[in-house]
Amino acid sequence: MSLRIVVCVKYVPDATGDRHFAEDLTTDREAVDGLLSELDEYAVEQALRIAEEADDAEVTVVTVGPEDATDALRKALSMGADKGVHVEDDDLHGTDVFGTSLVLAKAIEKTGYDLVVCGMASTDGGMGVLPAILAERLGVPQVTLLTELSVADGKVSGRRDGDAASEQVEAALPAVISVTDRSGEARYPSFKGIMAAKKKPVETLDLEDLDLEAEQVGLEGAYTKVLSATERPARTAGEIVTDEGEGAKLLAAFLAERKFI
Amino acid sequence: MAEVLVYVDHVDGAVRKPTLELLTLARRIGDPVAVYLGANAESAAPALAEHGAVKVLAADAPEFGDYLVVPKVDALQAAAEAVSPAAVLIPSSAEGKEIAARLALRLGSGLITDAVDLNAGDEGPVATQSVFAAAFTTTSTVTTGTPVITVKPNSTAPEAAPAAGTVEQLSVTFGELATGTKVVSRSPRESTGRPELTEAAIVVSGGRGVNGAENFAIIEALADSLGAAVGASRAAVDAGWYPHSNQVGQTGKTVSPQLYVAAGISGAIQHRAGMQTSKTIVAINKDEEAPIFELVDYGVVGDLFEVVPALTDEVKARKG
Ligand SMILES: Cc1cc2nc3c(=O)[nH]c(=O)nc-3n(C[C@H](O)[C@H](O)[C@H](O)COP(=O)(O)OP(=O)(O)OC[C@H]3O[C@@H](n4cnc5c(N)ncnc54)[C@H](O)[C@@H]3O)c2cc1C
Ligand SMILES: Nc1ncnc2c1ncn2[C@@H]1O[C@H](COP(=O)(O)O)[C@@H](O)[C@H]1O
Repeated sequence: MSLRIVVCVKYVPDATGDRHFAEDLTTDREAVDGLLSELDEYAVEQALRIAEEADDAEVTVVTVGPEDATDALRKALSMGADKGVHVEDDDLHGTDVFGTSLVLAKAIEKTGYDLVVCGMASTDGGMGVLPAILAERLGVPQVTLLTELSVADGKVSGRRDGDAASEQVEAALPAVISVTDRSGEARYPSFKGIMAAKKKPVETLDLEDLDLEAEQVGLEGAYTKVLSATERPARTAGEIVTDEGEGAKLLAAFLAERKFI
Repeated sequence: MAEVLVYVDHVDGAVRKPTLELLTLARRIGDPVAVYLGANAESAAPALAEHGAVKVLAADAPEFGDYLVVPKVDALQAAAEAVSPAAVLIPSSAEGKEIAARLALRLGSGLITDAVDLNAGDEGPVATQSVFAAAFTTTSTVTTGTPVITVKPNSTAPEAAPAAGTVEQLSVTFGELATGTKVVSRSPRESTGRPELTEAAIVVSGGRGVNGAENFAIIEALADSLGAAVGASRAAVDAGWYPHSNQVGQTGKTVSPQLYVAAGISGAIQHRAGMQTSKTIVAINKDEEAPIFELVDYGVVGDLFEVVPALTDEVKARKG
């Protein structure tokens, strides 16, 4: 039986751009170019490596996001994924992590899966919790924040580096995993890959297709409310000196003046 | 007053500092009730009581150590059902956030992660967060259910406020998912004797400019002269010069010390994300165009191999 791998990828505003909030205090997705979250490239990479190891596997990439989010899917398809699923609906605007995880869970169940692969965090919201919530919703083990991993004999195992310890963990499939930015460099799409991606199937689904109601998602369905967003004042320009033998002395004097020494 | 659950992060009964900070923040909202999972609750109880815990709900079972995340969610859920708290506070570690997220889903509650401050509000606790690589500060509340909030280390100074801290047993029934992910083995991180990166008052970090694992000795020497923790950029970590547990930035640790010293670090947005809220920032970089200089209170354009050792000598001389 073929190993069904589903990768969750997010379309995010470029972190090197000037990111802002929209008037309703959601992330402004207009002002800054979007792209496949760099941290999700690692998820696509690991999924492809697992698929290459398996005799027979299929990699589906799923995204929940606006129309442009297809770009994220195309990038993943050009890296080598087989097909895409794009959940898009006007009512999704402002959806929080519980809503997004609900939509993803439905889409993943509809697709069918043995292994779900996520990134460690999205580069915009950056909560790093969706994979855990997804595992809870799907009722399968979470094997998250892996830096090394392998899938064999119906099991996934890997290394998870925590604050206090490094752990070797394992679980039976089906499971939800997430991988860190140290799991292995993501491949660049080849020219052939980019051409092939144009012909790969992308299925577009809306809430109705997933038997979901508008109230379950969106800004209305969110369980938290942003009250204010304030731009940090730019740091006032400090003093900059060029070292001509006295740099360390001057810096020490500054540190002493601020009472650090 | 309403009770506030505080999840205790500890190493074999030694309570870690972020938990004491959480107890301090919890008192702004209600009476802190500590939830302690694992052995040695009795040895942790005095520190928890000293910082305001009216009660310590304790549970010990092999599942907490043998399986990932979910047994702890089961325990917190039991505690939330026993206490009906006004909020649940959890330290913002990677594991803490995962526990919080699953708990919030089960309780049907809103979740706020990575708060850097917390205050009482008319409609429940108001959390402050730092977003978009610390370019913005937001305030948020939870509108549905019992607020579940994870708080970053160093968000407040722990204050003593002695309370009873009576230890009570919490009874936990593990669900089917609890034993889904087995922890096969665990190797504890070795202690360096230096302050914890996220807790330190001063952090000295080295980047690609340090140019080799062995050269990190000069960064460590400066750090030691200042009593500081050592940090590293991702470039230095990826090159294998310094452990990932010391990485500062988007995919490493967020630090907010009184003083941050960046040596041989350019100041990419992902690095800034982890250090931009430091009170005083200084940098040593040979490229006067390096973006890190946009952030500094004091910058030295120069070769770190000259400036850093000389600075270490200056610090030692001044400290006597
Ligand atoms: C998704 C994602 C997540 C990331 N997460 C992180 C993260 O958590 N943390 C992080 O740090 N980065 C992160 N990065 C990487 C980040 O974009 C930069 O690549 C990285 O911070 C660069 O590290 P650096 O400043 O040490 O190296 P460089 O950018 O190469 O800068 C080295 C600096 O050293 C100076 N220098 C060289 N020699 C000397 C000398 N002898 N004396 C003085 N100065 C010298 C140079 O002038 C230069 O400015 C992430 C990137 C992505 C895409
Ligand atoms: N809108 C989305 N569509 C698909 N996958 C997502 C979405 N949001 C988050 N994810 C996945 O969940 C991971 C963690 O996200 P987060 O909890 O938002 O930091 C990401 O790396 C993605 O793999």
